[in-house]
Amino acid sequence: MAATQQFDEPVKTVPLLEARGITKIFDTLKANDNVDFAIQKGEIHALLGENGAGKSTLVKILFGSLQANEGGVLWDSAPVTVRSPSEARELGIGMVFQHFSLFEALTVAENIALSFNAATPLENISTRTRDLSTQYGLPLDPDAVVGDLSVGERQRVEIIRCLMQDPRLIILDEPTSVLTPQEADTLFETLFRLRDEGRSVLYISHRLEEVQRLCSAATIMRHGQVVDACDPREETAGSLASKMVGAEIDEVVHRESAATDKVVLQLNNLNMPSTHPFAVALQNVNLQVNAGEVVGIAGIAGNGQGELFGAISGEDVAANADAVVIDGHVVGNLGISERRKIGGAFVPEERLGHGAVPALTLSDNMYLARHASDSDDFQSGGSLKVIAKNAIKSATKRVVEAMDVRKSAENPPAAALSGGNLQKFVVGRELDRKPVFLLVNQPTWGVDAGAATHIRQALIDLAASGSAVLMISQDLDEIFEVADRIAVMADGRLSQPEPTANMTRERVGLLMAGSSDNVDASGEAA
Amino acid sequence: MRLELQKRAGASTLFSILSPFIALVLTLVAGAIMFVILGKPPFASLYSYFIEPLFLKFDMGPIFSDFSFEGIVPNGWSLEQILVKATPLALIAVGLAVCFRSGNWNIGAEGQYLIGGMFGAMIPVLFNDWNSPLTLPLVLIMGMLGGALYGFIPAILKSRFGTNEILTSLMLVYVAQQLVDWIVRGPWRDPKGMGFPGTKSFNESAVLPSLWQHADAHYGAVIAVVAAIAVWFMLAKTSKGFEITVLGQSPRAGRFAGFSAKNMTVFAFLFSGAMAGLAGISEVSGSVEKLDDKLSLGYGFTAIIVAFLGRLNPLGIVAAALVLALSYIGGEAAQISLGVSDRAARVFQGLLLFFVLACDTLIHYRVRLVAAVEAVA
Repeated sequence: MAATQQFDEPVKTVPLLEARGITKIFDTLKANDNVDFAIQKGEIHALLGENGAGKSTLVKILFGSLQANEGGVLWDSAPVTVRSPSEARELGIGMVFQHFSLFEALTVAENIALSFNAATPLENISTRTRDLSTQYGLPLDPDAVVGDLSVGERQRVEIIRCLMQDPRLIILDEPTSVLTPQEADTLFETLFRLRDEGRSVLYISHRLEEVQRLCSAATIMRHGQVVDACDPREETAGSLASKMVGAEIDEVVHRESAATDKVVLQLNNLNMPSTHPFAVALQNVNLQVNAGEVVGIAGIAGNGQGELFGAISGEDVAANADAVVIDGHVVGNLGISERRKIGGAFVPEERLGHGAVPALTLSDNMYLARHASDSDDFQSGGSLKVIAKNAIKSATKRVVEAMDVRKSAENPPAAALSGGNLQKFVVGRELDRKPVFLLVNQPTWGVDAGAATHIRQALIDLAASGSAVLMISQDLDEIFEVADRIAVMADGRLSQPEPTANMTRERVGLLMAGSSDNVDASGEAA
Repeated sequence: MRLELQKRAGASTLFSILSPFIALVLTLVAGAIMFVILGKPPFASLYSYFIEPLFLKFDMGPIFSDFSFEGIVPNGWSLEQILVKATPLALIAVGLAVCFRSGNWNIGAEGQYLIGGMFGAMIPVLFNDWNSPLTLPLVLIMGMLGGALYGFIPAILKSRFGTNEILTSLMLVYVAQQLVDWIVRGPWRDPKGMGFPGTKSFNESAVLPSLWQHADAHYGAVIAVVAAIAVWFMLAKTSKGFEITVLGQSPRAGRFAGFSAKNMTVFAFLFSGAMAGLAGISEVSGSVEKLDDKLSLGYGFTAIIVAFLGRLNPLGIVAAALVLALSYIGGEAAQISLGVSDRAARVFQGLLLFFVLACDTLIHYRVRLVAAVEAVA
């Protein structure tokens, strides 16, 4: 990075983009309240804040997806009105979203071509893709089918699509949440290169270490207002975090591993053929999780974690019954409801559309996951199975209070909650049952720091109370913070878990990349 | 420049309730325009379509050949006809509501209705002399069984082989029409029927009784109301109803809840098929009292409109069935008094479905002109 050193202090001239007094009101909520901020040319600028702090609203206004009620934007010191994302692109603003919008069945070049007019020949796009990918150190084959690409590579497609427009400001929303440490490093190199060309980057992230490493300026938002602007390199991760949440965050309190000898989850040579062209087959997965411990499964997205979740939860049923044993019950051939009845609890990766039905209320979503396990309380009328609304409502209230779920109405639809609050609800819904075994996939994906700490602490406390917890996560910090033992998933195979104390990030990184040592299929099943 | 639908942050509750009424008004406006184009006086035409049938005696008999507006007192006979038409519409639409809410698109209710009528007619045709209190219940059950079995075909094709149920269920309608047509001309034709296609008339114990003496309206109407209330209860209060809603809105969350989308497909088609079959046999046994070649009147298709106009709510569907029944009667009346083809009734029904769906869409989405400077906010 020696060559980039000279750019670390951007020339304080006219800012590239300056927002003045931006106010955006949704009904009664002020999502943005008189927000002022400026991005200099050739600067990587961090936008920090908890979920619901107003970052997304601000970015959507800058990118033209939303219109501000008050205030304006200066671009190169000239006032501009951005009415739509296409106008933003014409100005020179590009954006890479957290959730990709790519067609899996099309090639890289075809996906990129979709954002251009039909007259542009595919040949030109392929060539430019190749040029840009070498220029910015983003290796990418224009003819590869997107469905075959890793998440990191898919992100490159989005970035190159954005660079095609030759933007002067690039907005990145949580770009590293899906990347391995190595992939993230590659991305950072690219960002430095873009900065050195004089482009500006607006970088939205929860990961404070990254922000400190990358950014030379930061704007911190809380409750819709800008509460601070600082140079993150002069701060500590702790001081940044406390500016974000307005108070010192509680550290997760870990205790000595409370693992006992009692095996709660046992997987015996679990095999699952892939069900569709983009799925990963599970191959000879062996694992045991004991009462009192948290086992963490690290791995890059798309290496079979979703499939493993399905196989353990019973959403997908295994061919041989003894492949999955929960609390002494052979359940490999039983469905998810049966597995819940013997004390299994499951929290999938996607909150909306998998863990919860967006348009249904919280109490309905309570019933969604617990109608079988809590049928005595939640149903009446015998085989008519009449839903006992009052019992469900009081259970919902209990969870809302226990997990500090913040909501706007008494019983709002799931989609009305912010990501962090819905996640607290979806996790709390299972904890409230005091499950024997909890499987959770990406417990704090896209969740603000306060909620993430709360959820991680809840997982540790559950294990301490004698349950077994299996946590799948792509966030290494989280794995090291919460897990007693760590296993790594790569290409549908699972390494044997090792005590966290014996694991290093480098070793996990190697296992993630599919390094064959220790990713064996033998596995003891004692 | 292109049009884009953008999801609204929140759907207005008021407009969600008003939506079917707005759709009705828009249908009337479009209908008035249609009459103007046809060269008919729009208001008088609409009057004779939708108001007159409520008051008018349009029996073609010599005693009732008076089409003047003199009778302002609702005419019992016309209202009764509305009831007769509304009965199959409500029965079918209540079944379709369950099916549509679960995310399965049964477009072939007309076929299930016909096969239901045919299956139900089996006992009275083949065992014409069997008189027993059990005959009628068995006839009705056979009707439901026939409809359910016919609905099972697209269901199993979808859940096993992933075929599109819209296409298969629709195509099976034409198969059913030919099958019924053949059976009433061939094997089941009444030898004493003077060559007309149709079976023997059912004996007394196989006939669904009239609501009162000499009435055309039969107990099918009562069955329809009871069924609507029962299905409303199932949808609103029971675990099964919850399962239907969840699988319709989010199959993946349904799977997480332990519900099977494939089993739901089969259930939804069996259920809506059985309801359509019940409508078919009610029509055969209650109105015609024999199976003939005129059973297919498009109720199975009109019921799709009824289901949506009733907001897929069984109680709303009962009201919507009465409205659509009125358009059938109005169509017959207008044919006589205005000289408009009875196809106009189909146009009205089509307009109504269009506006119902459009209103629902616009409540949840706003239309934006993309690339136009003056975007519709």
